[in-house]
Amino acid sequence: MKMTLTDQNFDKEVLESEIPVLVDFFALWCAPCRMIDPVIAELAEEFQGRIKVGKLDVDKNPETVQKYGVMSLPTLVFFQKGMVVDQLIGVQSKPVLAARIERLLTPGGHS
Amino acid sequence: MEKYDLLIIGAGPAGLTAGLYAGRYRIKALVMGALVGGLMTEAFKVCNYPGVEEISGLELTEKMKSQVLDLGMEIKEDEVGSLKKEGDWFRVKTQSGEEFLAQTLLLATGTRHRKLELPDEEKFLGRGISYCATCDGPLFKDKIVAVVGGSNAAVTAALFLAEVADQVFLIYRKDKLRAEPIWVEELEKKDNLETIFNTNVIGMKGQKNLEEIQLDRAYQGKKELKVDGLFLEIGTVPSAALSQPLAVETDENGFIKVDQSGETNIPGVWAAGDITTGSDKFMQIVTACGEGAVAARSIYLYLKGGKK
Repeated sequence: MKMTLTDQNFDKEVLESEIPVLVDFFALWCAPCRMIDPVIAELAEEFQGRIKVGKLDVDKNPETVQKYGVMSLPTLVFFQKGMVVDQLIGVQSKPVLAARIERLLTPGGHS
Repeated sequence: MEKYDLLIIGAGPAGLTAGLYAGRYRIKALVMGALVGGLMTEAFKVCNYPGVEEISGLELTEKMKSQVLDLGMEIKEDEVGSLKKEGDWFRVKTQSGEEFLAQTLLLATGTRHRKLELPDEEKFLGRGISYCATCDGPLFKDKIVAVVGGSNAAVTAALFLAEVADQVFLIYRKDKLRAEPIWVEELEKKDNLETIFNTNVIGMKGQKNLEEIQLDRAYQGKKELKVDGLFLEIGTVPSAALSQPLAVETDENGFIKVDQSGETNIPGVWAAGDITTGSDKFMQIVTACGEGAVAARSIYLYLKGGKK
């Protein structure tokens, strides 16, 4: 299940989250973003309870986009305890994404 | 294991049109591609597809896709992992692990963006460098950007960016743009768009994100140009990764050689779209569609058991 993230709820839902959060920066006009959509949805199901997954529409939330310097879509940013711990730019396959999530969940195993 | 009469590898306009015809021919076919629509999805405005005055690449993709799905055809977003000829069949394993057999193949994998191959190009990818103005352009609102290239893709990218960015530089290595004159006319109307001719980008700099590019000829007295974004539209190279394992013949640039039915030198293998030498190598949506249709018909006749 994916949360809808906004400039307004970002702090509460992402930075203050107890468990890691994967933030999917997307735009409605971005075809590659639509391509990874089902993959992200599947990962959200598979890792439910262990990570949170949220989507942020870059057109509607310029503050967050600016804050994290997103310059390309899709950009996936991994947050843990309020900090950016990993980032992936561009389309990624499910195995690559899953591996990065696993790495994040392994104690001491984030980049 | 699932058996298909035809596996269409690539879901751009060539693959989708082949899927459309295959559906109407009632061929058991699967359309499989990394990105439905392929490069067509990046087109800002398509004004040269007959019958359609103006449409975005994304919308045209949706229309082609719906038409194929309405026939009950399957479109999979996946890529070929491995491919092997086994007797009369091709055994295909996808990257997501699925496996099936196909009697015939249509290679419609198109092309990839050419890179400048400069040091730091990888470093700035997604940090100022982009190969797709429509994908990333809106993120450069009120910034300064440059586009490299002289084709329709480059000129339309520049026009698209001129609507969001503060300033756009279109940098081309020759002295005349090769885009359709009708597009070049549009360029001249933009106040915030400058075209720089006879110039190449030879370097780039920036701390974390791109900040500056280096030119091989001075522009307004300087060889450095401060930019926040650099969009490369310098052509494409064939995505012909499957040509080798199949021993399909290509020209010296990697484009698959086809006859006028879209057949390659390998029995059971056809090719269509930007990947081929067909249509005089004029890489357009309309020519890709034409080649997809011709190949689908040829495959249909082959499966029926006799050539035309």
